[in-house]
Amino acid sequence: MKPPPFDYHRPSSLGEALDVLAGTGEDGKVLAGGQSLIPLLNMRLAAPAHLVDINRLTDLAAVEEEPGGLRVGALARHSRVERSARAAEVQPLLGQALRLVAHPVIRNRGTVVGSLVHADPAAELPAVLALLGGSVRLARRGGTRDVPAAGFFTGPLESAAGPGELAVSAFFPALAPRSGTAFHEVARRHGDYALAGVAALVGLDDDLRVSVARVACVSVGPVPLVADVVGACGHRPPASADWAGAARAVQDRIEPETDIHATADYRRHLTGVLAERALRDAAREALHA
Amino acid sequence: MTTKLFGEPVQRREDPRLLTGRGRYLDDLGPDALAAAFVRSPHAHALIRDIDVSDALDVDGLVAIYTWEDLPDRLAEPLPLLIPHPALTHGRTAHPLARERVRHVGEPVVMVVARDRYLAEDACALIRVDYEVLKPVVGVEEAAQGARLVHDDVPGNVGAHLVQEAPAADGRDARELIEDAPHTLAFRLDVERSASMPLEGRGVYARWDADDSSLRVYSSTQTSTSVRMAVAAKLGLPLPKVEVIAPDVGGGFGVKIVHPWPEEVLVPWAAMLLGREVKWAEDRREHFISSAHERAQVQFVRVGFDDDGRLLGLEVTILHDHGAYTPYGIIVPIITSTQLPGPYKLGAYRVEFSSVYTNTVQVTPYRGAGRPQAVFCMERTMDRIAAHLGLDRTAVRAANFIQPDEFPYDQGLTFQDGRPLIYDSGDYPESLRMLKELIGWDAFPAEKERAAAEGRRIGIGVGCYVEGTGVGPYEGGHVQITSDGRVHVSTGLTSQGQGHETVFAQIAATELGVPLERVSVVTGDTRRFGYAVGTFASRAAVMSGNAIALACRKVREKALRIAADALEADPRDLEITDGMVHVAGSPGAAIPLATVAVLSNPLRYAFDAEAARATQFAGASSPDRPPVDEGEEPGLEGRDYYSPIRSTFASGMHAAIVETDPLTAEIRILRYAVVHDCGNLVNPMIVEGQIHGGVAQGVGGALYERMVYDGHGQLLNASFMDFLMPYATEVPKVETAHLQTPSPLNPLGIKGAGEAGVIPVSAVIASAVEDAEGIPITRMPLSPSELFDLRRAAS
Repeated sequence: MKPPPFDYHRPSSLGEALDVLAGTGEDGKVLAGGQSLIPLLNMRLAAPAHLVDINRLTDLAAVEEEPGGLRVGALARHSRVERSARAAEVQPLLGQALRLVAHPVIRNRGTVVGSLVHADPAAELPAVLALLGGSVRLARRGGTRDVPAAGFFTGPLESAAGPGELAVSAFFPALAPRSGTAFHEVARRHGDYALAGVAALVGLDDDLRVSVARVACVSVGPVPLVADVVGACGHRPPASADWAGAARAVQDRIEPETDIHATADYRRHLTGVLAERALRDAAREALHA
Repeated sequence: MTTKLFGEPVQRREDPRLLTGRGRYLDDLGPDALAAAFVRSPHAHALIRDIDVSDALDVDGLVAIYTWEDLPDRLAEPLPLLIPHPALTHGRTAHPLARERVRHVGEPVVMVVARDRYLAEDACALIRVDYEVLKPVVGVEEAAQGARLVHDDVPGNVGAHLVQEAPAADGRDARELIEDAPHTLAFRLDVERSASMPLEGRGVYARWDADDSSLRVYSSTQTSTSVRMAVAAKLGLPLPKVEVIAPDVGGGFGVKIVHPWPEEVLVPWAAMLLGREVKWAEDRREHFISSAHERAQVQFVRVGFDDDGRLLGLEVTILHDHGAYTPYGIIVPIITSTQLPGPYKLGAYRVEFSSVYTNTVQVTPYRGAGRPQAVFCMERTMDRIAAHLGLDRTAVRAANFIQPDEFPYDQGLTFQDGRPLIYDSGDYPESLRMLKELIGWDAFPAEKERAAAEGRRIGIGVGCYVEGTGVGPYEGGHVQITSDGRVHVSTGLTSQGQGHETVFAQIAATELGVPLERVSVVTGDTRRFGYAVGTFASRAAVMSGNAIALACRKVREKALRIAADALEADPRDLEITDGMVHVAGSPGAAIPLATVAVLSNPLRYAFDAEAARATQFAGASSPDRPPVDEGEEPGLEGRDYYSPIRSTFASGMHAAIVETDPLTAEIRILRYAVVHDCGNLVNPMIVEGQIHGGVAQGVGGALYERMVYDGHGQLLNASFMDFLMPYATEVPKVETAHLQTPSPLNPLGIKGAGEAGVIPVSAVIASAVEDAEGIPITRMPLSPSELFDLRRAAS
C-alpha cells in the first residue's frame, strides 16, 4: 500500500498552479484534502504522473456570502463550513449534510470542493449542490467558467472538470424565504457512506401551501438524482400534503443497484422511507422559517 | 501496609507507554532495514506457467527477487502442519512461496527485497506472472459436492471428518433418543466468515550477525518461542544462535498464533543471505487476503426433548470451511463440536463434522475459536424449543443446567487438548439468576408492550456458554530478585495488549510481599525465557500466572531460609511485608529482600550500597562446607512450570435488549448485560476490559462482519471501508457482574477470560431480534437489508 512514483508540485499562487496544470494536462491530479485521493494512490488504483498540491493557496480557503448564496473556496475544509454560523444561516442544508460526512478527523482535512470534484454518487455534498442548483467554478490558464450542478456530475467519480482545470470554488444558493431543508440517510456504521440518503427542499407560497418540493438521492444511481415531487404531493398545506405519494414518486424515479451491503429492493424501500421523512422535516422547517 | 494486590483493580502499567505513542511495534524497529514486499496471486485457483522478472530488474534500489525455485532444502518444503489429528486424514499446507499452483487470492508467489517498501512495491508491479486460471471452489457447500478439487489428491475436498458420540447414561445413542422423543425439531443454521483483524498486521524484522553467526528475529507473533524453533529448523541454525522477540504487538486475536508464516521464515532467510537487515510489515490488504479467517460453518441440527424442554438427544452435523490449507489442524471444528453442549446436560449427543477445502484464505482460530458457532447452534436450539413449547426461554435453559453439586462433570467427549472434557467447577443457576436480575428479564414483557404502544419494536435475548480455558501443555515463569531489591519476572508467552505486565506483577508482588513498583515483567523474549507455548485459548493468566506464582514460592522459600540464617530465626516464623523479611509480629528484626539477594551470592563484591551493607550479615561461613552448598545455586531466583492435568472451564451468560426500526429495519442494541465467571479474579478491571473488547468483536460478528467472496474467489470487501468492523458508536455500553467459582485445578483458582466476551454475542443478538420481530433468525450476521428481506418473506 505505497503509491507508485509521481512528480510532486506545490505551487504558491493560483497562477502558478494553473500553469502547472496546463503543463501536466491529463497526467495531473489536484491534491487538496486528500481523503479520497491518497487511499486511491496507496492502493495503486490511481497513478497520476503529477500531483499538484494546492494547500499553499490559502486564498482559496474562503467561505463568503455572495448575492444569492454562499461561495466556498477550494481549500475550505468540511469542518470549517460545518461550523460556520453564516453558512448555516444562508443555507442550512450544508450543515445538515456535513454532519453526515464521515468522521470529524476526515472533515478536518477533507474539502467541500474536493468532494464535489470527486463526484462520488454515495457522497452527500454532490447531492446538496444538485438539489440546490448550485455551480462549480473551474479555472484554467487564461479563463474561468461556472458549470451548473446539473451538468457538473457526469458519472460515478466523473465530473466536468477537465485536464488543466482547477475547481476554485463552489456556489450554493441561499435558502429562499418560507423554505426548509433536511437530510436523512441510513449508513451501516456511523460515518459510513449511506446505503441510501435523501436531501429535501420544500418551499411554501404566500398561502403557506407547498410550492416547491424537491429531493436529491444518494447511492441510488451513477450521479446524484434530483426529483421534483411538487406535483405528487399536491399544492396543499404541509399538514395535508401527500408526502407518502411524493415518496413513491421518488422510488419510481431511482435505479438503485445491489451491492455487498444492500439489495436494490432494500435501497428503493429505504429511499422512500427517507424521502418521506426528509420532506416532512423540510416542510416543518419551512413553516417555521 | 498490605502488599496483597491479587484481586485489586490495579491500573494497567503498560497503558502510559502504549497510549502516549511510546510503544515499540514491529514497524517502529529497524528504520534502515531493507524492505520486503510480495507478489501475491490475483487468482483463487491457477497454475503458474512462468514468472518474468526482467522489467523489475530496472527498478533503482532493487536488491533481490526470490521465487520458490530459489528456496533451499527445507525452505522449499511445505510449511509445517502444527497440530496433526488422526481425523485430519488429508492435511495440506502451503509452500512459503507458491510452487506451480496457487490456491487462493493472496497466496505469496514472489518475494522482492528493495531499499524501501515503495521501491519494493514498484518492482512487484513490474513482475509478470503467467497463470493458467482454473475454476475455483468457493463456498462450503460447493466444496462438499466435490465436483472440483482444491487439492487434486484430496477426494471430495474433505480434509477431515470426525464423529463424536456421548450416549445417554443408559447407553442409548442420540439418534435413537431423538426418534423416541415426545418432541423433535430439525433445522439448519449458517454462520459467515469473519477474521481476527488486529489493528497491527503481521510483521517480521530480521538481523543476521555474521561475526557471531547468530540471528535475531522480531515478529509480531503470539508465540516467539515456537517461531524461534521453526526458524532455527527451517534455516538449519543451532537453536542457541536464534533469538526471537515479540515487541509490542497491536492485537493478535488468534491469527498471530499461526507459525511460521511464510514471511516469518523468508525474511530471516533473506537477511542471512544478503547480510543485511530485512523487514516486512504487512499492509491491510495483505492481511485480508493472506493471513487467516474463521467462523464459516453450516450446521444441521436435530433435537429431541420432553414437555419441560429437557433435552433427550441432540445431533449436529457441521460443514466447516477450512479455506485452502490446514496449517493449524482442525482445532476450530473440534472446539465447535465439543463446546456445543455448553452448561447443559444433553441426554445423548452426536456431533459430526466435515472440514472441507475451498479456494479461499485458510481458516485458523480467531478469538472464541469455534465457540461462537457452537453457542449459536446450542442457544438457537434452546430458543426453538422454548418457542415450540410456549415456555420462557430462560426456563428451558434452567431445566437443562448442570447443577453445582454435579461437578466435576464429564461431558463424555474429547476436548481440543486430547483430554476428556470434564468441567471443573461453576454455578450456572446462580449465573442465570444474576443475569435475569441485571437485565430485568421478568419485567421486560411489560416494557415491550409499552414500546409497542409507541410503535416501537424491542426484543430481549439471552445466551449461555462454557469455555474451556488454559489448555496445556505448560508455561513457565522465572523470577529473580536482584541486590537492588527489584523483582524481575519473565515468562515465555507473549503479550498483545492483554495487560500481562500488570497482572503478572500483581501475582508476583502478592506472592513475594513486595510493592508492585519493584516488579517488572518481560514476556515473549526468548533471551529471557526459552520454553513456552504461546498466548491463545484464554490461557495466559491460568498458565503463566500459576507458573509465576510457583516460581515466586520457590524464591520466597529460599529468601526465608537465607533470612532465617541471618536473623537467627526459624524460617517458619518469618514473613515478607513491603519487601522486608521479618519475624511475624516483631517488625524490629527485619532484613530487606535486597540484602537477602546479596547474601544469596557468596561472591560479594561491594558494587553497590546494598552489597556493602550486607557484610554485617555475612557471618562466619563454615570452612567445612563449600561456599555454594550442594543443591544450592548462587542468586535469589527461581524457575517453575505449571502443567495442568486438563483445561479449566470458565462460563458466562449474556443478555441484550435490541430495537429494530419498523421501517428501515436498522438494528440497535439498547442494553447489553454480562455475567461472567472466570474463577478468582486477578484484576477485575482488566477482566472487564477483556469482556468489553470481546463483546465489541461479537457485535461485529452478529451485525456487521462478513468476508464477501464472489464466484471467482475474489474477496470483494478486503478493506476497512467495506469490511465493517464496528466502531465505538456501534458497540453498546456493557453492564457486567462477576461470579467467582474458583478452579480446583490450579494453585490460584483462576480460569481464562480472554475470549469470553465474544463467544455468545451472535446467539444473544439473534435471540433478541427474533423476540422483537417474531421471525426465526437462522444466520449471522444480520444486516438491515437482510432483515428487510426476512420481513417480506414472512409477510
